[in-house]
Amino acid sequence: MRRAILEILESNSKATPEYIATLLGSTPQEVQAEIRAMEEKGIILQYRTLINWEKAGHEMVHALIEVKVTPQRDVGFHQVAERIYRYPEVRSVALMSGTYDLSVEVQGKSMKEVALFVAEKLATLEHVTSTVTHFVLKKYKEDGVILEGEETNHRQVIVP
Amino acid sequence: MTKLFDPVTHISPVVRDMAPSGIRKFFELAATTKDVISLGVGEPDFVTPWHIREACFYALEKGYTMYTSNLGLPELRVEISRYLEQRFGLSYDPAQEILVTVGASEAVDLALRALISPGTEVLVPEPCYVAYKPCVILAGGTPVSVPTSFADGFTLKAEELRKYLTPRTRVLILSYPNNPTGSVLSYGELQKLSQVIKEHDLVVVADEIYAELTYERQHVSIASMPGMLKRTILINGFSKAFAMTGWRLGYAAACREFIEAMLKIHQYTMLCAPITAQMAAIEALRNGLGDVETMREQYNYRRRLMLSRLRDMGLCCPEPKGAFYVFPSIANTGLTSEQFAERLLKEEGVAVVPGSVFGAGGEGHIRCSYAASMAQLLEALKRMERFVQKLEVGAA
Repeated sequence: MRRAILEILESNSKATPEYIATLLGSTPQEVQAEIRAMEEKGIILQYRTLINWEKAGHEMVHALIEVKVTPQRDVGFHQVAERIYRYPEVRSVALMSGTYDLSVEVQGKSMKEVALFVAEKLATLEHVTSTVTHFVLKKYKEDGVILEGEETNHRQVIVP
Repeated sequence: MTKLFDPVTHISPVVRDMAPSGIRKFFELAATTKDVISLGVGEPDFVTPWHIREACFYALEKGYTMYTSNLGLPELRVEISRYLEQRFGLSYDPAQEILVTVGASEAVDLALRALISPGTEVLVPEPCYVAYKPCVILAGGTPVSVPTSFADGFTLKAEELRKYLTPRTRVLILSYPNNPTGSVLSYGELQKLSQVIKEHDLVVVADEIYAELTYERQHVSIASMPGMLKRTILINGFSKAFAMTGWRLGYAAACREFIEAMLKIHQYTMLCAPITAQMAAIEALRNGLGDVETMREQYNYRRRLMLSRLRDMGLCCPEPKGAFYVFPSIANTGLTSEQFAERLLKEEGVAVVPGSVFGAGGEGHIRCSYAASMAQLLEALKRMERFVQKLEVGAA
């Protein structure tokens, strides 16, 4: 039941306990209790809205920064990662395998703003040895949702 | 002077006297109404899963544009045989006992034409899919309606079946999970039915196109009952389970003798099913069962939503256990099913199908398909509620 609730909420955070209960053949009280328990346990972290900002007329600049880091004794990459994820400009930070160590997603109002953030704050951090900035030109799909060009329904109104 | 040419006099009286589908008439009305939300559609609202579509592109790229064997691609028949074994415990020889057809509807037609001689009576439990009776008539047989009732959850009872048997009865069409009612038959009911079928030496044409869409327990095929495999022509296809309606691909599984008879007709009419659809179907059976499960889960959500909301608005509704239809009673509105559907369409822009078009026992009901997006369903239900409130229906 928890998994089903999570799947419904993941695709629609506005789904009410009553609605979820109808879909799952349960009661609203039961669903509400499960949701509360999952919130307390940190399984459900936040209820969010996926917005196509470009369509809303508010253009944002996103960039993915490859960051190379010298790991530190005892704490490895964690301390540098923490320094980075505390910046409000940073949307996400992940430790990677491969040719670089941290993948950092940065959001800003303009390319200049993002570039300055990288040059002045990220690149100058102690133990950061190099950065490579990739600006996002267009997003096609985000969080599993295709932003534009979803398939349309070609069905006729009535068929047998 | 030569007589004026009148095409009508040259049309076979059998076809001329055949009424067009009741759904067709409704289609014209719906097509001219604006902002219609359709719950009248008997096909998945999902597009065929991507990897299945990709298998088709790949087949075309590789130049698969030819005829196949009349029976269908051998690899596909092997996959179908494996699938029927794994899912329903049915054992068929892919070389001789499986025939790939152009949609399950072709398989129904072939089966009936292979079995029916002039005067053969074919039992048709109703309400049912609209094509069975016309197909029986076109094959030269006599369809005999066996009504099922709301009180029995629209399941066919063995004792009811007995009432309609005559010495000319040779065939029973069995279609569960059922379109339009969503009813399924239990193991016990199937046992009792097979007893009657064997006693009277009938053949069953079992249209199990909705076999993958059952919600509480797995589908049981009549062919799996003791002694029934040989006297059943099992029909299934890819349309409903894999959201592949437009691909027109189905199949029949039966004993060698029945398949050979059907093959004769198939090879002189269709020749073979399209190769690209067959290539896609191989991919569907090999790697698509997970998609089926995902879609079934979505249908199940919608089924519960429909059922709960329709009951809330005072429409008495048997719980559908399969397919993707709800068949609520509208008897307490005082309208016929056709009046109800017509007014609902005109006044609220929601298209449903009047139960009367599905034959005996269908009047007093409407068929609502829940193969529509949640957003559409919610809006349609809101409009239906408004409409039913206007009719001042008491709570059921």
